Amino acid sequence: MMWGLLASFDDAAALARAALHLREAGYRRFDTYTPYPLDEPADVPGTPRSHIASVVFAAAIAGAIGGYAMQWYLMVVAYPINVGGRPLHSWPAFIPITFELMVLTASVAGVVTLLARNGFPRLHHPLFAVPGFERASQDGFLLAVEATDPMFSPLPTRRTLEQSGAREIYEVDGA
Amino acid sequence: MGTALSHATVPPAAPVVASGTTERDVVERVSAVVLARRAPLWWYAAAAMAAPLVGLLGVATLWLFVAGIGIWGVMRPVMWGFAIANFVWWIGIGHAGTLISAILLLLHQSWRESINRLAETMTLFAVMCAGIFPILHLGRPWFFYWLVPYPAQMAIWPQFRSPLVWDFFAVSTYFTVSLLFWYVGMIPDLAILRDRAGTRGARIAYGILALGWRGSGEHWRRHHRMYVLLAGLATPLVVSVHSVVSLDFAYAMVPGWHSTILPPYFVAGAIYSGFAVVLTLAVPLRRLYGLTDIITSRHLENCAKLLLATGEIVAYCYVMEHFMAWYSANPFDAALVENRAFGPYAPLFWIYLVCNVLVVQALWVPRVRRSPVWLFIIGALINIGMWIERVDIVIVSLHRDFVPSAWGNFVPTIWDWATLAGTIGFFALAYLLFIRYLPLVAMSDMAKLIADLRGKPAAARHG
Repeated sequence: MMWGLLASFDDAAALARAALHLREAGYRRFDTYTPYPLDEPADVPGTPRSHIASVVFAAAIAGAIGGYAMQWYLMVVAYPINVGGRPLHSWPAFIPITFELMVLTASVAGVVTLLARNGFPRLHHPLFAVPGFERASQDGFLLAVEATDPMFSPLPTRRTLEQSGAREIYEVDGA
Repeated sequence: MGTALSHATVPPAAPVVASGTTERDVVERVSAVVLARRAPLWWYAAAAMAAPLVGLLGVATLWLFVAGIGIWGVMRPVMWGFAIANFVWWIGIGHAGTLISAILLLLHQSWRESINRLAETMTLFAVMCAGIFPILHLGRPWFFYWLVPYPAQMAIWPQFRSPLVWDFFAVSTYFTVSLLFWYVGMIPDLAILRDRAGTRGARIAYGILALGWRGSGEHWRRHHRMYVLLAGLATPLVVSVHSVVSLDFAYAMVPGWHSTILPPYFVAGAIYSGFAVVLTLAVPLRRLYGLTDIITSRHLENCAKLLLATGEIVAYCYVMEHFMAWYSANPFDAALVENRAFGPYAPLFWIYLVCNVLVVQALWVPRVRRSPVWLFIIGALINIGMWIERVDIVIVSLHRDFVPSAWGNFVPTIWDWATLAGTIGFFALAYLLFIRYLPLVAMSDMAKLIADLRGKPAAARHG
C-alpha cells in the first residue's frame, strides 16, 4: 500500500512554487517538509487557521475563573478564618494566584493541543523510512503528496511533481 | 539604521551572524558539540570541579534533615538568613532567560536567536536551585506539600492571603512554563540531532525526545503559533513571579521591606543579575566551542546594553529607596538607612554599591562593551554584587527592627556556605550536562535567520 510520493526541491523558493502549482492543480492532501518555517506568502494558501490560539484563550479564562473560585470557596466557605473581623472575601489577595493559574492552564493546554494536533508523540511514520528524509530537518526542501488525496494517482501525480520542478521523487510505502 | 547618513556617523556594529556563515555551518557546528564521541578535556575538568560541590549539597542537605536548621546561622531576630537571600538571588537570575527568550521574541529582536537557548536553560536550572532553599528553610521540609491545596484529612487549607502561598504558585508555574517553552522551542533541534546522530542509541534517544517531528508546514505553523503564545504568557509571568517574591518582604511591617517600591525594584534587580549571568556563561562558551561566528560580539554588546539599562533602573531604585526613607520622615526607616550604611553590615552595602552601580557604568564605553574579557569580569562582579544585595536586604532589615532589646546579629555558618556552594555546583553540573547532550544554540531558528538575511542588502544585516 503506497502512502504517497515524496519530492525534493532545490530551495525554499522552488518548493513554494511547487506547492502553489499543486494547489492550483487541485491537490489538497500534501505538505511541505523544511528545516525551518517557510515565509507566510510561500505557505500553502487556503489552509485553515490553527485552533491553538482559541484553545489557549479558553484555557486561560477557565484557569482564572477556576483559580479564583477555588480560593473563594476555600477561604470563605470551607475554611473561614476570622482575623480581626477582616472580610473573608478579600479579593485583592486572591489575584496573584488567579493570575498564576491562568498562565499555567493556558500554557499547559496550549502545549497539549500542539502535541495532539501534530499527532505527537508519533515515533514511527512512513516518511521516516524514505532514505534522504533526514535532510528535511537540515537542508532539504521536500514535499509529499498523500495517496489519500482524491486527485492522487501514482503516475499522473509523479508527472505533476516533475513539472513543478522536483529534483528527485521517491515512493513512500505505507505502514 | 538603513540610511547612508546614519552609517557615516555611527560605526557599524558587528553583524548578528558572521558573514559567510550558512545554515549548514550552524547545524554542523552546533550538533557536532553534542554528537562528538568525547567531550573536550575542559568539560571533564569543569565537571570534576562541579561534581564534588553537588556532593557537598547532598551532605549539607542530609545534615540539615538530621539536625534541623539550627546548623545554619539563622537565629532570632534574623530567621531568614542565607536561605531566603539565595532563593531571591537564584530566581532573579532565571528572569533574564525568559526576558531574552520571550520578550525579545515578541519585540522581533532577531539577534536573540543564538543566545536564547543558552539563556532559557540558565532559567530552568536557576529556578531549580531557587526552589531548593524555601523548602529546606521550612524546618520540616517533608511537609512542603502542605502548601498544595488538597483535601487533607484534617480539613485544613492553605492561607491564600499569604505571599508565601502565592510564592509557591508563582514559582511552580514559572518553572513549568519555562520548561514547556524550553522544550517546545527545542523540538525541531532534537529532530536535527535524531537525523544526524551516528549511533543507534543516540538516534533512539533523540528520536523519542523529538516526538516524531517531521518539519511539515502544519507542524511549523502550529509550532510557531504556540511558541509566540507561550512567549506572550511568559512575559507577564516573569514580572509577576519576582513581584510576588518581593511581596514576601513587602507584606511584612519591617523597616526597609514595607515599601511599594519593592516589586519593581526586585524585578529590575532580577533581570540585571540574569543578564550578568548570561554574559558570564556566553563569553567562555562561545570561545571554548568555536561559536564566535554564531554568538558574535554583537550579541555580547546588546546584552551589555541591556545590562547597563537595567543597572540604571536598579541604581534609581537604590536612590528612591533611600530618598523615601528620608522623605517619609519615618524614624525607623531613617535608622535603617543609617544602620545599612554605617552599621555592622556596612561593608556589604558599600561593596554592592560599587559592584552594582559603579562598575556597570564602564559599559558606557563602546570598547568595554565589545571586549569579551571585560564583559566577563563585569558580569562576575555584578553576580557577586547582586548576591550581596539580596543578603543585605534580608539581614539588615531583620537584625535591628523596632525595639533595641530584640536586636541581634547574623553570622553564617559553614553549612550556610556549603549549601550556597552546593547549589552553584548543581547549576554548573546541570549546565555542563546540558551543553554535552542538548543543542546549545537554536539551530532551526538560526537557519531561518540566515536564510532571511541572505535576501537582504549588507546594511540590513547589521540592523
